[in-house]
Amino acid sequence: MPEQLVFAMEVTLNGLMTGVMYSLVALGFVLIFKASGIFNYAQGVMALFAAMTLVGIQDGRVPFAHIINEVLGTDIHYFGWEVPALLAILLTVLVMIGFALFVQKFIFRHLVGQEPIILFMATIGLAYFLEGVSDLMWGSEIRNLDVGLPQGINDTIDQVTFEIFGYGFFIDNLDLWATGIAAVLVAGLIAYAQYTKNGRAMRAVADDHQAALSVGISLNYVWILVWSLAGIVALVAGIMWGSKSGVQFSLSLIALKALPVLMLGGFTSIPGAIVGGLIIGVGEALFEFSIGPLIGGATENWFAYVLALVFLVFRPQGLFGEKIIERV
Amino acid sequence: MLDNASESYVTADGRKIGGVVMEMRNITLRFGGVVAIKDISFDIREGEIRAIIGPNGAGKSSMLNVISGFYHPQEGEVWYRGARRPAMKPFQVARQGIARTFQNIALFDGMSVLDNIMTGRLNHMSASFLDQALWWGKAQREEVKNRRVAEEVIDFLEIQNIRKTPVGRLPYGLKKRVELARALVAEPSILLLDEPMAGMNVEEKEDMSRFILDVNDEFGTTIALIEHDMGVVMDLSDRVVVMDYGKKIGDGTPDEVRNNPQVIDAYLGVAHD
Repeated sequence: MPEQLVFAMEVTLNGLMTGVMYSLVALGFVLIFKASGIFNYAQGVMALFAAMTLVGIQDGRVPFAHIINEVLGTDIHYFGWEVPALLAILLTVLVMIGFALFVQKFIFRHLVGQEPIILFMATIGLAYFLEGVSDLMWGSEIRNLDVGLPQGINDTIDQVTFEIFGYGFFIDNLDLWATGIAAVLVAGLIAYAQYTKNGRAMRAVADDHQAALSVGISLNYVWILVWSLAGIVALVAGIMWGSKSGVQFSLSLIALKALPVLMLGGFTSIPGAIVGGLIIGVGEALFEFSIGPLIGGATENWFAYVLALVFLVFRPQGLFGEKIIERV
Repeated sequence: MLDNASESYVTADGRKIGGVVMEMRNITLRFGGVVAIKDISFDIREGEIRAIIGPNGAGKSSMLNVISGFYHPQEGEVWYRGARRPAMKPFQVARQGIARTFQNIALFDGMSVLDNIMTGRLNHMSASFLDQALWWGKAQREEVKNRRVAEEVIDFLEIQNIRKTPVGRLPYGLKKRVELARALVAEPSILLLDEPMAGMNVEEKEDMSRFILDVNDEFGTTIALIEHDMGVVMDLSDRVVVMDYGKKIGDGTPDEVRNNPQVIDAYLGVAHD
């Protein structure tokens, strides 16, 4: 087999797995957009906040330590214990649910029926607010996140591919895990939306508010539920990206990578977020591999957006989005 | 006509009409300076078909929206099952067993007919969050039971052949029937129908009338409906409230109402002197 082709295969595999990571972030957007028509700009910051909280709890950091020390003149930073990963994740989930309650009670409940652009502006405000809160609570240094996921090259794949192609593929264990977890998460979310009472209520609210009210669905409850789910998805994305490259401010910018994924997959489709993420992941990896060297590289910064633009021209609703039909 | 709220009687065609289940007392509803409903009182008895009629803009839909909690009157009281009902959100009213349809149809267009109808069963599900998430025990049993009720209603309304069709693709008349089905599976104690025959052709109207009568007959469901097609209403209902310009101008059996001079004036447009 020609060497170039083997390299291309490795690049494709890695691209697929990066794509899954993009999908994870995009999924959070889709959940909220479907149920409430809100494009949640804060999704990326939510991932940052969730990851920061997780690390903070794990390390036994004192939240708001800076303020506490400033006001009380003390010098405490740690509780002096370490929380096991699983318990810390559960506690972080509770924090994200608390965040969902807060957001619904103090912001979006008062904005029901407003124009989408106003709701969007509110989420921009929310993003910066949450960023500030995250800084205040846990500080802004880069943190190492380790929840016990295996990292580094997967030896089995390395050996097997070496025997077949005479060249061992470099596949990171973390990426494999991320793929598996994302698959389980997505399958779970789809089954949940399809077959459970709350899932059905979520879909009903996404479709028609008035009709949902008339069959006894509380909009408020469903929105809290949806923000909680988005918070949990943000946490998962935060864990994956955080384990990969450390928990730091740039984590909140992965939200921008989710945008082209959404344009491609459609804002209203969970499977769309997955396929969109995969296409972008593979597309940008292959483009960088094949064309990158000719034009000086770093195509990963812009390729996704150009691809999304091309899709926008031919399919404005995205691959899986609901058709936009306007009767005249 | 009965004066005693708890007394019951049997109609000419053998249906049993029970005591008062819902009572509107001196309801007044204003939108800014516009008075939509002016001091109206009437009651709804268990098992009857109660109609609210009147010309366009008479305040019929506003009245239905008061009953279903979409509007809250400035004055007056709503009594339900012998107790005064506090101001409630529409979803709370629905959970009390009052189901409704809408004049301009409010269905979930993206979902199939069956899924739409299943949303009507949401209040009959009580499985815990965890049961639902893991899809075991109570959640599974409930789903099976709810599915059975839904299928019964689907059979009853003769929409088996469109069960899996997305609602958005259906013609108008069928959408109305799906909306009725969704309200019915909730097993409501009162079913509110907002202009169930609006925009239908003669054949569809006949079908719908038959279904309304059958629902009432078969399940004993109390029905309150709004309509402005006089002919249809008179054939269907046990008692009729007539509204005009937000005021009640008649209340009684179809025959009584038909012979009420004020009602005749309102419908024929005779000038008052």
